[in-house]
Amino acid sequence: MSQSLRPYLQCVRSSLTSALCLSNFASQTSERHNVPEIEAQTSPEVLLNPLTVARNENERVFIEPSINSVRISIKIKQADEIEHILVHKFTRFLTQRAEAFFILRRKPVKGYDISFLITNFHTEEMLKHKLVDFIIQFMEEVDKEISEMKLFLNARARFVAESFLTPFD
Amino acid sequence: MAPPEVHQLFHRPIADHSFSADKQTLAVARDTSVELYGRTGSGFALKDELKGHDKTVTSVDIALESGRIVTCSQDRNALVWEPSPTGYKPTLVLLRINRAATFVRWSPSETKFAVGSGARVIAICYFEEENDWWVSKHLKKPIRSTITTVAWHPNSVLLAAGSTDAHARVFSSFIKGVDARPDPGVWGERLPFNTVCGEYLNNSAGWVHAVSFSPSGDALAFAAHDSSITVVYPNGADQPPKAVISVSTQLLPFMSLIWNGEAEIIAAGYDCEAYRFKGNEGGWQLTGSLESKGGPAEEREESAFNMFKQMDLKGKTKDDTQLKTVHQNTISTIRIYEGSNGAVQKFSTSGVDGRIVIWNS
Repeated sequence: MSQSLRPYLQCVRSSLTSALCLSNFASQTSERHNVPEIEAQTSPEVLLNPLTVARNENERVFIEPSINSVRISIKIKQADEIEHILVHKFTRFLTQRAEAFFILRRKPVKGYDISFLITNFHTEEMLKHKLVDFIIQFMEEVDKEISEMKLFLNARARFVAESFLTPFD
Repeated sequence: MAPPEVHQLFHRPIADHSFSADKQTLAVARDTSVELYGRTGSGFALKDELKGHDKTVTSVDIALESGRIVTCSQDRNALVWEPSPTGYKPTLVLLRINRAATFVRWSPSETKFAVGSGARVIAICYFEEENDWWVSKHLKKPIRSTITTVAWHPNSVLLAAGSTDAHARVFSSFIKGVDARPDPGVWGERLPFNTVCGEYLNNSAGWVHAVSFSPSGDALAFAAHDSSITVVYPNGADQPPKAVISVSTQLLPFMSLIWNGEAEIIAAGYDCEAYRFKGNEGGWQLTGSLESKGGPAEEREESAFNMFKQMDLKGKTKDDTQLKTVHQNTISTIRIYEGSNGAVQKFSTSGVDGRIVIWNS
């Protein structure tokens, strides 16, 4: 793990731990409803201040807490065009399977690549510290995954180009 | 110190729990019903199920003298369950609220109960003989948001309430014909219905999760979402309070608190364990956890064989899914189990992990 990654992840971890203090809270605006307040945005007093943790301009996490739900958005590192395409394809693959992925939000928040929505029902069913672990692990793995894919893509491109050009030399 | 008594009832969140006076019956709010457990030897066995709500039950309370059970739920209703030889008989309460009911508690006199709600009102309910019905009067002003918690003063007239608008307030819920006129005290002299006897905010204005009067009723403590507890000592009507002491901690927020005598508070919440605070009018401080966590003795010897076995089975060397605390998830309610004259010998906690734990204080 690089020097600046560790404090970054540590900061995200402690922010998430405190943001995930959720309780069951029924809507104040619509009768007999119980909705994630961070998505509804109807009662300003039950929303907390949103928080951005940034490692550099390309990598940041945006945490929006409220009384019964937390929205976590991640901007994945994209150094060049290839990475941009890879990240787009990768997140699209995940968000299309959002049902099977409980905490994943179908559409990322504007300016971010992938968003998670954790409600009090998730923290009741799953272990809170494990949810935090999962987000942190996802952040660690996703960079690795993307650079691996990029290497693979480059290797393959080289191989294809070589085999394509062999008859001509 | 004797180890706590742990009862794993099920694996769903327990919103609230309540013991009967003889400690033989335990009422637990589980999803849309209330389950009654009976003591059988060292454990609890399911005895009865009170079904009547169609949304999540948020709170349950058993009256110690009469044995009546009151429940409230996010379906906007409260029910009073009257014990009878053939089981419990529900009566609907005329709450007149149009949002979720969030919290309910019997007054110490057991002639009234208070229901907090998301409709920015507290319904004070009492039994009206001529209509044979539980009716309610509303405490409205100056509540600005959902009521999260209420607590009764020992005189059954004053009521403390915490809300998501970050205020802890003390109201008078005096109802003519039901209550005897209360003696003037530190909270005020004349107390007609809906008198606001105090309105308190803490430093960072977090949502109030729990309120509680001290055993004498002369001090009020509340816990807020900024991980602090605040203790207020009032100084009579229309006077600024004698002292307002706020203790902020490095822990996660507290969801519930009880007083143990006049100089100790036990609070528990998102850290899954109970903490003790000590102090008086001069100042309060956190003295530590009530749980003695097993140190290195508890950890099993790690052999290389074991390590590789774990790696093979689970893909990791250490099993860190279990928390070190007794509760494995947020503690939502803490209640006095056994006490005399304000001093608590035993208290019970319930949490999101579906456990009821009885502790020695």
